[in-house]
Amino acid sequence: MFKKYAFALTIIMVMVVSACGPAATTQPAVVEATKPPVAEATLPPAAEPTQPPSLGVPGVTELTILWAQWSPADYLQQIGALYEQETGIKVTVVQEPWGSFGDRFNVAMAAGGTEWDMVVGDSQWIGQGATAGYYVDLTSYMKNNGIDKSVTPATLQYYGEYPAGSGKYYAYPTEGDADGWAYRKDLFEDPANMAAFKTQYGYDLAVPTTWAQLMDIAKFFTKPDKSMNGVAIYTQKDYDAITMGFENVMFSYGAKWQNPDNTVEGVVNSQESIDALQYYRDLYDCCQAPGLNNAFYTETNDAFIGGQVAMTMNYFAFFPALANPSTNPFADVTGFFANPAGPTGVRKAALGGQGLSVISFVTPEQQQASLDFIKWFAQEDIQAKWAALGGYSCNSNVLKTDAFMTAAPYNPAFSETMTFVMDFWNIPTYAALLTPSQNYLSAFVVGGEGTAKEALDNIAAEQTTALKADGVIP
Amino acid sequence: MSVSESQLKGPSANVRQRHLSNQAIVNLFVWPTLLLLILMNVFPLFYSLYLGFTNYSAIAQKAPLWIAFQNFSTILNDKNLWQYFATTGRYALMSVSMQVLVGFGLAMLVREKFKGGGILTTLILIPMMISPVVVGLFWKLMYNPTFGFFNALLGFSDPSLSPDWLASRFAGHPVPGLALIAVVIVDVWMWAPFVMLLVLSGLKAIPDYLYEAAAVDRASSWFQFWRITLPQVAPLLLIAVLFRTIEAFKSFDLVMGMTGGGPGVQTELISVDLYRIAFLGQFRTGYGSALAYIILIIIIAISNLYIKYLNKSKGEG
Repeated sequence: MFKKYAFALTIIMVMVVSACGPAATTQPAVVEATKPPVAEATLPPAAEPTQPPSLGVPGVTELTILWAQWSPADYLQQIGALYEQETGIKVTVVQEPWGSFGDRFNVAMAAGGTEWDMVVGDSQWIGQGATAGYYVDLTSYMKNNGIDKSVTPATLQYYGEYPAGSGKYYAYPTEGDADGWAYRKDLFEDPANMAAFKTQYGYDLAVPTTWAQLMDIAKFFTKPDKSMNGVAIYTQKDYDAITMGFENVMFSYGAKWQNPDNTVEGVVNSQESIDALQYYRDLYDCCQAPGLNNAFYTETNDAFIGGQVAMTMNYFAFFPALANPSTNPFADVTGFFANPAGPTGVRKAALGGQGLSVISFVTPEQQQASLDFIKWFAQEDIQAKWAALGGYSCNSNVLKTDAFMTAAPYNPAFSETMTFVMDFWNIPTYAALLTPSQNYLSAFVVGGEGTAKEALDNIAAEQTTALKADGVIP
Repeated sequence: MSVSESQLKGPSANVRQRHLSNQAIVNLFVWPTLLLLILMNVFPLFYSLYLGFTNYSAIAQKAPLWIAFQNFSTILNDKNLWQYFATTGRYALMSVSMQVLVGFGLAMLVREKFKGGGILTTLILIPMMISPVVVGLFWKLMYNPTFGFFNALLGFSDPSLSPDWLASRFAGHPVPGLALIAVVIVDVWMWAPFVMLLVLSGLKAIPDYLYEAAAVDRASSWFQFWRITLPQVAPLLLIAVLFRTIEAFKSFDLVMGMTGGGPGVQTELISVDLYRIAFLGQFRTGYGSALAYIILIIIIAISNLYIKYLNKSKGEG
């Protein structure tokens, strides 16, 4: 009997000891991550972007791209089919549900995974991807091929650049996205509403050009006896929604998350930020559709489709459902507008969207083939096709074309928005910075606890602690 | 006439040939199972304990760095975590006590035989068979101040003057704790039938002669309940309380589906926070492992208390 127990105990001990020892499996990955990426080390000076890219790497027959499970991934698969027609290289877009997309990617990368050649990763991941060595440095490749000049500066900065202002790029801006607004044109253009609004507020009822006007309009349309409310705005606590929703007002009020040296005290809790948060709370109190106390893109769209609200905030990526008569009974009378301006005339919008990065763990040949794909994909005519399919191109010229502007009713607002986007932190500490932001914003806006200043002071204090813990600030 | 060796040995020899020896059964079934258990349960248990003493992130591509008790010290000095523990304790207390009351009441109700009793029992059991996430989504709609019928049942018709349960507001004014009560109500709706089921099995095992003897002695109904029913059912009731308390401390999906821990941190249970720490972009694996062990120790301590009382109620304490 003793022998049996001894055997079992030995197995446990061997496994524990082997696991607790130096991480033999992860160490080489660190070495791999720190070596010069193949793009930097081996690529010859590339051709101009207008020239057809040199395609085809010997031995490479397939490229695999990981993305979240949603419509744009289907569009990318169609673009991949075009690439296969031209080059014979099959492109497979692996789609992972949003809920597990980040976890699956991060866990695979920690193990030095090679199951995907590229990933269309979230803008907030770029710090982790760059510093942990998951992503190939695309700087030279993008600059040599003029790819960096082909996209709008804001999208290159937030989807591709790390650290901020460094001029080093790790992703090609692929699916641009940001927050905008949908509104009920039938209510806005109703003569009775227009006359009543003019009488009440002294100016014409129209698409708001300032946040103050948006508040007036929201209050005007809030009529509980008619089950009508002014707005549907983000309030969800689960991940990042209420922070993203608040950012639209925060940035437009001239506030920001950090100083250039990454300190946050006096910045996150600046007077502009306090005013912006008070505005967001007032908008929630006066005009949010009842029950939207934990709302993100689904809930806000549902409230609009259900005829509960006159205006809804949402990412442009989710506006196709509102422009589609089969999903929205008000589709024919739905209009779209970009974020209005803050008190000083500043217009900003919270960024969504993703950039395409090359995984550093795959073979040099697969990396080269991936770079070839990006070069091909970045061409203006391919970007036009990408936009025509429904993808939100970040190509500057494509965004200005009549074809793009008229392709969907929300495209003009999208094109306008992509020139003034801003984002949350994208350093590896971002998740720890997000937690206090979500907690205190939700407590103040939804739960009605404390004051705007207290909420922002608490966020600043806890974010400072997190930044110090990770050595971002001394 | 010659006979074969097997015929000489009789039928038992053939039987032995067809059946495995005890040792063979051990080798074939027990060891693989044991190995699987070691791989899937025992090893992760020990490894996560080790990680609790390290600074380690599952996505950092760095080997775990031994930091001794630092994670545990940080956790025990983190006021936010204590707040989440307190919230979890309140949630468990309210939820389990309500489940016991409601479950006991339901069991007493369906104990007697009546027409449709079987169907009623089955209907009562349905909530605990539904996925917690689905239950959460249903109840989110039912709690909606505009079209949800929960407020209507309570007699509220004007959304602006009624409770917004999951926002912890009443007529627009903050009422801290309302969201937690809302989640407790759902948990009770879902799991009181489980308590009912266990209590019912206890009730049905009580011999009739006890009640008959009490009736002869002209004992009141209250006396019969207090001196016969409750003591007889107590062991099973304690088991139900034990299971439900453990589950309440692990409660995650219902809360995540309904409130995401909000508003603010009003419904942030310790399991929800553990999820945020261990996954959701943070991946603080070492710290999360330490927290998981602290939760485990608390659950074991509470379970031991219950088991002690359970043994006492059986007369073994």
